[in-house]
Amino acid sequence: MNQYIVTALVSNKSGVLTRISGLFSRRGYNINSLQVCATENPEFSRMTLVAGADDSTIKQITRQLDKLVDVKKVGLLNPSQAVCRELLIIKLKMHPSNRPEIESTCNIYKAKMIDLSPTSLIVELTGEPNKIDAFIGVVSHYGIIELVRTGLTALERGESGF
Amino acid sequence: MKETSNGKGRMLRGAEIIVETLIEQGVTHVFGYPGGYIIDTFDALYLYRDKIKQILTSHEQGACHAADGYARATGKAGVVMSTSGPGATNLVTGIATANMDSVPLVAITGNVPLTSLGRDSFQEVDITGVTMPITKHNFIVKDVRELAPTLRQAFEIAISGRPGPVLVDVPKNVQQAVAEYVPASPVQKRVEPLKIDEQAREAAQILSQAKKPLIYAGGGVIISNACEKLREFAEKFGAPVASSMMGLGAMPANHPLFLGMLGMHGSAAVAKALGECDAVIAIGARFSDRVAGNPKSFCKNAKIIHIDIDSAEVDKIVNSHAHIIGDALQALYWLTENAKPHPNSEWQQRCAELKKQYPFIDSKMPLCPRKLLRALAELSPADRIVTTDVGQHQMWTAQSYSVSLPRTFLTSGGLGTMGFGLGAAIGAAVATRKPVTMITGDGSFHMNMNELPTCVKNGLEVKIFVFNNNVLGMVRQWQTLFYHKHYSSTILDSPTDYVKLAEAFGATGLTLDKNEDVESVVKTAFETRGTVVVDCKIMPDEFVLPMIPAGKSAEHIITEIKEENA
Repeated sequence: MNQYIVTALVSNKSGVLTRISGLFSRRGYNINSLQVCATENPEFSRMTLVAGADDSTIKQITRQLDKLVDVKKVGLLNPSQAVCRELLIIKLKMHPSNRPEIESTCNIYKAKMIDLSPTSLIVELTGEPNKIDAFIGVVSHYGIIELVRTGLTALERGESGF
Repeated sequence: MKETSNGKGRMLRGAEIIVETLIEQGVTHVFGYPGGYIIDTFDALYLYRDKIKQILTSHEQGACHAADGYARATGKAGVVMSTSGPGATNLVTGIATANMDSVPLVAITGNVPLTSLGRDSFQEVDITGVTMPITKHNFIVKDVRELAPTLRQAFEIAISGRPGPVLVDVPKNVQQAVAEYVPASPVQKRVEPLKIDEQAREAAQILSQAKKPLIYAGGGVIISNACEKLREFAEKFGAPVASSMMGLGAMPANHPLFLGMLGMHGSAAVAKALGECDAVIAIGARFSDRVAGNPKSFCKNAKIIHIDIDSAEVDKIVNSHAHIIGDALQALYWLTENAKPHPNSEWQQRCAELKKQYPFIDSKMPLCPRKLLRALAELSPADRIVTTDVGQHQMWTAQSYSVSLPRTFLTSGGLGTMGFGLGAAIGAAVATRKPVTMITGDGSFHMNMNELPTCVKNGLEVKIFVFNNNVLGMVRQWQTLFYHKHYSSTILDSPTDYVKLAEAFGATGLTLDKNEDVESVVKTAFETRGTVVVDCKIMPDEFVLPMIPAGKSAEHIITEIKEENA
């Protein structure tokens, strides 16, 4: 089983996400993450989907997606030829004595502190998922109050548009 | 979409726009059932009654199967209309049936006004949500100006590529709102030119090298009007043709190269040939589990060429060695031109021998289902449409009723919908204005016999042959073979008197219980005007053979039942 990045241009209409997620659950495909938002053209949304599948299943996934009327274009991204990013927002417990240490960890990961209370802080980090995983691992011992990740979003490198 | 008008439209109510658009798209009949949230559109149908005919059924399910039968018989999209809530949910089985068999269907449902939507209003149901997995696409129209374009798009989606059902949900206030209607010409099926790539060339290569080619023809051959080309192709390459149930009629049953149906209840000759061939050319077929019970062992020794318009079918179940994604007719044209036939008279002879060696065996009971089916086929003109329900009678019909023309054998293949046949017969009879034969079982017939009055009041010549064995024969057969003869809920023993039943509905009833009377009763049924129900009394322990048990491959074929089982 491999992780595949599926990218698709879909109609920016209500119900489209239901059609796509319905297709996945109906046919028993696994979604690891799904990220969708409107594009520069208000008619379309771009969807980035990470799915765990074997070779023949991923072929089925893209072909089944392609059949949906609301899916305009669909393809697989090769991670080595794509820019892949994920956003993490994480709320950590903080003892005032820990703050310099947390700050320096954030600097190493180029994470940004974006909120502060006497006993907690919120950090924002963008990067590839493995960097996010590593960061979470490093800061977890401070105590994670809650966190949110966007899931992977990606674009193909180079001048050609999808 | 090309507008034919100079832009000067007329201001019409949404309901009238729906009906105008249907007429503009060439729709002649709407099958349906009225109700509170579609009443406006039925009002418009009344106004336009000289241009478009309503066929009122007893139940929305019957209407949906009728629209489906209309579409299967003609190749044009069938149209069904119902109200919201229960009217809409009653369409669900019919829509799913059409979806599984790639039938172009446009279902129009009313819904509660937009202001009431999402409030659990009376007769409200989220029918686009319900039908999402069983339609090719669906719409809810919230703006009356979108109504005509959406309906046109629905027709285009329904008939293009791999056809399928499309549902358009129209809230009541949208049916009442007024907008400009500008007529347009009927939408055309989108046809993509065939792409000739490496895979196509590989397919031609495999075909050119094949010494023992076998064609596996599916319903796609009929849908793409490729039947004549298929025959030419088969003759050129000396390739015997096996067909899926949906593909019956693509090749005339009496053609020397036609080998029979393949799959769970296919002919044993086909099962043998599949094991011996060196190339399978699957055309417009999807290797369903009723065909390839065990996909891993399906034609292990043969190269597989898969031609399908739906790319998702390629390598879905069985991996192909080469594929052509596109229209079957175009693909057959290209392959005929670009592959070289190999002399293979020995192989053709071998298949002809197999066909002789493995005929379907008649039962020795007083009334043999196969004898009756052969008589029905022989006493009918070649273009007579026959519809079936689902179960043993369906398999016997697929095996023993010689189908000679495409679009004359209408049956629920993928979904296996008991109760499909009568609605389908109504649709086919309405479309062709010719007599239609319906083969059913007593189980299936009891499901939707409520459509008998629809046949009678519309003066339809539907000749219904009820294979009455007092049991649910197909399930009983499985119980006999695999469930220790535990006849759980399969003994019907319904006291139905079919002759009286027919008469009560205004039809004619006949009884048939022995082989000697087959010809005379069939002739009487065909000669009697109007709808006829024939109670064909067969025995409960007739089996459908041969049979490849579910999940097994062709070598596990059961060709006879031993005494202790029967």
